[in-house]
Amino acid sequence: MKRLTRLTRRFAALVVGHGLVLFARLITAPRAIWAGVEPVAKQRIYFANHTSNGDFVLAWAVLPPHLRKKTRPVAASDYWLKNKLRAFVGGEVFRAVLINREKEERTEDPVDLMVAALDEGSSLILFPEGNRNMGPDPLLPFRTGLYHLASKRPDVDLVPTWIANLNEILPKGEVIPLPLLCTITYGEPIHLRRNESKEAFLKRAEKALLDQRPDTEVQE
Amino acid sequence: MNGQPDIVVLLFGVILFLVLATVLGAALRKWAATEWTMEFIDSYTARVTSWWGMVVLLALASIFGRLGLVVLFALISFAALREFLTLTAKTRADHWSLLLSFFVILPIQYWLIYIDWYGLYSIFIPVYAYLFLPIASALRGEPTRFLRRVAETQWGLMVTVFAASHVPALLWLDLPGFAGREILLIAWLVIVIQSADVLQYVWSAVCGRTPVAENLSRSKTWEGYAGGVVSGVIVGVLLGWLTPFTVWQVALLAGMVTLMGLMGSLVMSAIKRDKGVRDWGTLIAGQGGFTDRLDAVVFAAPIFYHVVRFFWSGS
Repeated sequence: MKRLTRLTRRFAALVVGHGLVLFARLITAPRAIWAGVEPVAKQRIYFANHTSNGDFVLAWAVLPPHLRKKTRPVAASDYWLKNKLRAFVGGEVFRAVLINREKEERTEDPVDLMVAALDEGSSLILFPEGNRNMGPDPLLPFRTGLYHLASKRPDVDLVPTWIANLNEILPKGEVIPLPLLCTITYGEPIHLRRNESKEAFLKRAEKALLDQRPDTEVQE
Repeated sequence: MNGQPDIVVLLFGVILFLVLATVLGAALRKWAATEWTMEFIDSYTARVTSWWGMVVLLALASIFGRLGLVVLFALISFAALREFLTLTAKTRADHWSLLLSFFVILPIQYWLIYIDWYGLYSIFIPVYAYLFLPIASALRGEPTRFLRRVAETQWGLMVTVFAASHVPALLWLDLPGFAGREILLIAWLVIVIQSADVLQYVWSAVCGRTPVAENLSRSKTWEGYAGGVVSGVIVGVLLGWLTPFTVWQVALLAGMVTLMGLMGSLVMSAIKRDKGVRDWGTLIAGQGGFTDRLDAVVFAAPIFYHVVRFFWSGS
């Protein structure tokens, strides 16, 4: 019986996953631009800008299926464990690595959780700004998680991933998405350099991500 | 439908032409040596590919009659509007007016075309959308770049929805002795304009010297435009048997639509330059979107529609 429910849940997760990919593709006609890396099966941490709840879905949906299967987004547990449906989608459809953003409450260190996921062979999608960016600046200052990951697993490629337009497709507080075109640009990977300070590395990572912005967005 | 045999003849003719054009492209590719010729052939192949797409879509849609064609053009408008509004000025305060553009105004415009309500579809976007959409944006209380935002949205709607919807509107023209053959008018319009567009490119490449507007596009020259219009007229007259017009009439109309189409492409180039993009979209990788392929047809369609309606329509 238990096995049966487990199979049903896995099947449901598969169906919902394909449904979400299809929906995201219909609405935003997303286009992946592999500017600095090829879409090949290599362990990576895709670190992306975060302006909308939709990025989560999109950054995952736009990957080719064979990469998507091995890629887990990193997400906030306070959002994704709020109710059963979210827990199902977050945990079983996206297979997200759920981390607690509140230092006082947490029992497990987020970096350890992410490292454990890397050691299982997964790639990660990470939003190093930590929060959704609502302001006029293109990026918020990065939190330190990316640095700690880079120092603990220095061989993994850190791929800057710029998601363009999504804040206009689904601004905060809106429910119906606008069907505008969206691009996701994957830049050249970076790695932590020997003796590089935390601050210098995070600055370099921010710049690498900003360099992936399309010209049309920079112009405005 | 007494137009049936002609449609079949036309379809076979077009397919034969495209097969030859595809074979020619493949042959040229083998023989091409320089970078410049490769670029030229890439552009040529992309055009031929998009023609295949157009022919297949038009043929499939026409199986379902007028409804099929209206739905096809509504979908094309949707894709083009999406390409357009991706690049225009907007803020979060425009979310609802943009949603209305996609999901209310566009479907209503095409529905009005389908029920042939000429009096309303002629003014629906120029009057009603024009007055009501800024209200939807203003109610959100965001003054930053307000005029630019509402103006660019309205412009996008006018070109990609209003103007484009005049192509299927041709199906309802009441031309004496032409009943049931109206789809041939669309085929004539699209073929003439596409031929003029590509031949303009060829003429410009062969003997183009004086750019029409150097800062907008270096590939568009007055020599190319002259050659494009002359070629368009020749193609238009050769295909005159599709239309109810006499030779002179068809020549004049072909000249008019090709000139309008070439100028329309120029206008769209100006916008692309301003927005800093090479193409509107990515329908075919690296070769542009729906808007890039159809800008000329869209600019010519309303003028063609109204001239034909004014001088030839029975009602």
